Amino acid sequence: MAALYEGFTLCGLVPTQNASDSPIQGIELDGDSDHAVVTDSTRSVTLYKVSDQKPLGSWTVKQGQLLTCPAVCNFQTKEYVVVSDNKVIRVWKDEDLNIDKAFKATVSADVWRVHSAPGGEPVVLFQRGAVRLLDSLLSAPQQPIEDVLSEEEVIRWSTNIVAEKQHFVLFTTEQKGEHFLYVQRLNPNTLQKYRLEREDSGAPPLSFSASLRDKHINLLYLYPNGCVYQSVVAVRGPVELEGVQTLPRSLRLRLPVGEGKLGAASAVALDEAHVAVVGMPHPSARTGKDFLCIWNTNFQTLQAGKEMVGRIHGPVWCYLGKLFVPHGKALSVIPYECQKSSLASALGKLRHAGIAVSKSSVAVPSWNSLLHGDQPQGPAKIVDTRKSKLSRKSQSATALNVDQVLELIKTGPVEEVQREVEALVSRGDAQDLQLSVGQLACHLVARSQAETAFYTPGALAQLVQTQCLCHSVCPDLLLLALEHKDYFLCQLCLQLFPDIPEVVTCACLKTFISVPDGDVEMVSLEPDSVSFMEGLVAAGDRGGQQNGFSPPLFEEDSCDAHHQPKPPQHQDKKNPTLQLEACPVGLHKAVLLNEVLQTAYSDNFLLPHLKDLNAQQVILFLQYLQFVYLKFSQDVYTQTPGLRSPTMTQIIDWLCLLLDAHFTVLVMAPDAKGLLSNLESFVKSQVKLFSELGKIEGSLQELHKMKLSKDISQYSIEVIELF
Amino acid sequence: MGELKVHRVRFFDYMPTAIRAMAFNAHTERLALARMDGSVEIFNFTDHYFQEKVIPGKDSRSIESLCWVGGRLFSAGLNGEIAEYDLENLRPKYSLEAYGGPIWTVISNTQGTQLAIGCEDGTVKLFEVLEEHIQFERNLDRQKGRIISLSWHPSGTHIAAGMMDMIRVFDVPTGHAVQRLLVDRGIGGSKSRETVVWSVAFLSDHTVVSGDSAGKVQVWDGHTGTLVKTHLVTKWDVLALSVSKDESSVVAGTSEGTVIQFQFIAPTLHQQDKEWVRTRTFKNHTHDVRALAEIETAIVSGGMDTHLVVRPLLEKFDEKSHASGLRKIHFPHRNLVSCAKKAGLLLFQFPGQLELWRLGDSDGHGEKHTLSKKREMEEIQSISLTLFKQKGEDHICCSALSSCGGWLAYSTVSSVRIYRLQTDNNISITKVLPNPELAMTTKCIHILRYTSHGSVLVFQLHCIVPVYGSCPSAMGIHPTTNNLTMVHADQQLFEYSIVEKQYTDWSRKLQKQGLHNVWLDRDTPVTHVTFNPKNPNQVVLHDMHMFCIIDQSLPLPDQKTQFYNQMTLRSLSEQERPSHLHAFKICKTFQDLLCVSLLDDQSLVVVERPLLAITSQLPAPVRQKKFAT
Repeated sequence: MAALYEGFTLCGLVPTQNASDSPIQGIELDGDSDHAVVTDSTRSVTLYKVSDQKPLGSWTVKQGQLLTCPAVCNFQTKEYVVVSDNKVIRVWKDEDLNIDKAFKATVSADVWRVHSAPGGEPVVLFQRGAVRLLDSLLSAPQQPIEDVLSEEEVIRWSTNIVAEKQHFVLFTTEQKGEHFLYVQRLNPNTLQKYRLEREDSGAPPLSFSASLRDKHINLLYLYPNGCVYQSVVAVRGPVELEGVQTLPRSLRLRLPVGEGKLGAASAVALDEAHVAVVGMPHPSARTGKDFLCIWNTNFQTLQAGKEMVGRIHGPVWCYLGKLFVPHGKALSVIPYECQKSSLASALGKLRHAGIAVSKSSVAVPSWNSLLHGDQPQGPAKIVDTRKSKLSRKSQSATALNVDQVLELIKTGPVEEVQREVEALVSRGDAQDLQLSVGQLACHLVARSQAETAFYTPGALAQLVQTQCLCHSVCPDLLLLALEHKDYFLCQLCLQLFPDIPEVVTCACLKTFISVPDGDVEMVSLEPDSVSFMEGLVAAGDRGGQQNGFSPPLFEEDSCDAHHQPKPPQHQDKKNPTLQLEACPVGLHKAVLLNEVLQTAYSDNFLLPHLKDLNAQQVILFLQYLQFVYLKFSQDVYTQTPGLRSPTMTQIIDWLCLLLDAHFTVLVMAPDAKGLLSNLESFVKSQVKLFSELGKIEGSLQELHKMKLSKDISQYSIEVIELF
Repeated sequence: MGELKVHRVRFFDYMPTAIRAMAFNAHTERLALARMDGSVEIFNFTDHYFQEKVIPGKDSRSIESLCWVGGRLFSAGLNGEIAEYDLENLRPKYSLEAYGGPIWTVISNTQGTQLAIGCEDGTVKLFEVLEEHIQFERNLDRQKGRIISLSWHPSGTHIAAGMMDMIRVFDVPTGHAVQRLLVDRGIGGSKSRETVVWSVAFLSDHTVVSGDSAGKVQVWDGHTGTLVKTHLVTKWDVLALSVSKDESSVVAGTSEGTVIQFQFIAPTLHQQDKEWVRTRTFKNHTHDVRALAEIETAIVSGGMDTHLVVRPLLEKFDEKSHASGLRKIHFPHRNLVSCAKKAGLLLFQFPGQLELWRLGDSDGHGEKHTLSKKREMEEIQSISLTLFKQKGEDHICCSALSSCGGWLAYSTVSSVRIYRLQTDNNISITKVLPNPELAMTTKCIHILRYTSHGSVLVFQLHCIVPVYGSCPSAMGIHPTTNNLTMVHADQQLFEYSIVEKQYTDWSRKLQKQGLHNVWLDRDTPVTHVTFNPKNPNQVVLHDMHMFCIIDQSLPLPDQKTQFYNQMTLRSLSEQERPSHLHAFKICKTFQDLLCVSLLDDQSLVVVERPLLAITSQLPAPVRQKKFAT
């Protein structure tokens, strides 16, 4: 979120004769972060202390002379530099009272601007496009200045940027309705010229703003139709590109303009996601174009707005968390704040990271990459976008892009589709995939449904494994896999999809239970889950007893106060099924059932679908659940941490659900009788355990109290040691 | 520093009395609080909730209700009198018989020109507030049944009165009752019992909120006299209500010890229609919440369980800080115990009596003891207890014992008494004539503390210590150096040389460096300062949760040093220790401290009053259904 705070007036403004001109030429920073150097459109320069709203000093040139460029501060020498009457450079210090008595030098060509930035020397940009360092210019003021620009070309805007000790001067020019951006590097001096793409209306850009971010210069420019574009120029990179290149641009914002076009408006980037725009209408206020707004370019939302009284003169400056807006008869300073926003914070918290979900955690994409192809993270990416037009053809020769693969899926043979999809998935990076994976999967599934012969298990599995897919994106995928008996894919989907509806879960369950063991054992499944199940079964083979301890679950009456170990043969007689129990289903089948156990569900929605199972299936599943439950409660099997396995709670929940859904059927079924009585004995023993625990609760509490009662006495003499 | 022998005393049966009424003055940010024994306490909320003033109670006085009018404080009670307090001299200024039987409540209008009281005989009496006095003005229409609670409409034209089974709304100019709001009785067995409207609140939009003995908080329309909403909040009584200043929130205190907040908000998002919705429940009490005040950023509550709770409303704070923590004030911010250092005597002060105890003889100096090894006294030597039953009905303000144990003094609102003690074998007491000089040497600190605000006067006006913005909570004059050590409610510590009439170098050094944040973040004030007679560098002071020996010869801790460093020092070897020492030696072994003092034989006396012991003496709380009982 971003916010505009209550602003204050820094100084009053004298209206100019020409209404369209801004009464302020420029606002620059001083060495002090709280100072601002304000140059008005005629003759004077004033230094303000911003927080106190008071002027610290003011300098005026003589009547008849005119300041033609905003004063800047030379951060190295703490001197101020200004140009009067295009050719006279004046340099003075804070303590100089009269600017006319200060140093001045006349140069041989008209100066456009003097630029200065912290960490760099001031540079002078001449109207014909030449650039000189101020020091070298002042040492020989009358040196010849070359013409860089052609006859009709005029500079519209300029700025300078210091990045990694590299000094840049950027300026835009206009020539016969075309706009160009020049990037002048100093030391070594190179000049690069770019052509700005023409806006449809042919109107010139209203304002420019350049900022340095992640070693790239971001240029933001606003057109009268309300479009805000951004272009990125690399600080380093392939420099020597001959000729005039077209500067690629991306649309960051389309502002609501209301009727007509914007007149005096300007946009300035606040950070990577926020843009301040002045001189535009507020979307919810009806009339007037005199608002200052902060827009979030990622979400295209208006974050804060403020009405500025009086006419907006156009330019806006932004320094150190404050916006300087000349409007009406005043220059206002408005503090603002921008906070980072991310998709994760917009969607709420990230999913709880437990063992069960750690594998299926979905990568959270950032809006930046999703909405705009631009990548402010790495230089390689930028080059990519810049070159994209040139290199698109060469790329397509070797591999297909998403659209082409989608085309191919519609008609191509199975092998080729499989190959191309795999190539695409293994080539592409996560951000690009996020959008295309869903499309690919949907197309593949659609084709498979249309043609029974067409099925690409490998490609689908790979798509699922990117973890960019979920059930709602491609709802038919899991059912298709079931149809084709592709159990591996089913397992992957169950593991990785967070949003499988209960009806589909039930369908999977039904298929898994009823499939013959032989069929499944052939299939290769995810190795971790198989090894978990192998471990579980092997634990059972070693026997249910450890160190002579027999778990209370087997002993129906063992919870009496006189706890006596019973002879094992007696137990065997009583509960033969339990002791000799082997896994009621095959290994791979068990693995698949485990996956069903671990899916998320809601009782109310699952229950009606569970009723679809027939009695035989229910009994088999119950036997399996009972088997797993016993294994877990036996304690013999020590769980390997990190392996995906159903939890005790999940097993018990499923047991309860199954019993709820089929209780009447089970009561009537003769072969379920043993099972039910076993389950009942579990419950009984559990209840007994808890009642026993309840009995000793009192004694445990007494223990607790005894600990406290050590110094109740009314009076004692003790010895303590202080250091 | 080494080993210290500690007399750990737990036989001071100090029992605070229950809180009965409360009134918050938003202008001065003072909270006035009345207890069951008739005492009134004033807390300064701008100064770390310091208990600034205490007006001792009286046997015959009971307070049912308190009321601020500007800076003046009025109370009314079941003895049928209205009293105004002299907040300078800390005594009742005058009291006035209202001739209406016991008074249940007193309120003032927003203009501060009138007082209204609710009487047992069913009258609401208006009093005019004059410059120095109050004067009876008139009665409103007399009702059948007592007037339990009153609330004045902010415009001053109407008064809502809570009675038995009903609420009446009076028109003040005419004095007639204009509305009669019938309050339902409780269900079940309590149907036969009358409902007592314990508390009413009249809001500026003519909404009347009431809390009653059937456990309901009800919202009424005062214009039409209709019931708008009923919240059944408890099975027991709703005893107190308090409205926030902006009238967007009402809190209700119940017999279960809960405080329930209601807020005037739209029940669903983006809807315009607001209504009173029950929002939060706070449970910081075990017994009846009898008094409540909702202030700007917190809810203040008190009741039968005797402690005052300041519960900050966390939505009013931007960040977690010292101010946003829950505060419970259990003990008075002054000293109730005095100790004769030479004689080993302890004097305990109760509201109506004094107890004198002699400490057991300590023996076995040469023996080594560790902290864990506790030496029980063989016998508690002659629990020679002497009782001074205070004869009059005024309660004791303060008391003191001279360090030789030969003199004892105490004062009430009206008098100072001094006794000569002989404690050789049999204790005998002789009353001596009040001799101001003697009284002052032992007691000037107490007396002066209550008369000074911010600045500290030293006896006989020797000099005036520079004014500091926070109240002094404890001070002491060093017996040998004559330095005055002062601790303020904001935990700042100063040492002032009375001889040189300036702060000592050590004090300046401390202020320059600043106290450690851990020290400043403590939430109970230091209540006692004493000195080590053998080592002039050592000052002993304590608050409720710790005692501290300050050794001025050691370096001061800076913000980076570990402040509670006793455990660390214990683990270090003899050689490493000196480099880790700092001036504040703090011991938290003893809790709920009422007094810590250092005797002449270098043994410590620690008087503890465990909060559990106080709780166990409270009457049983209301029965609450718990699971499976």
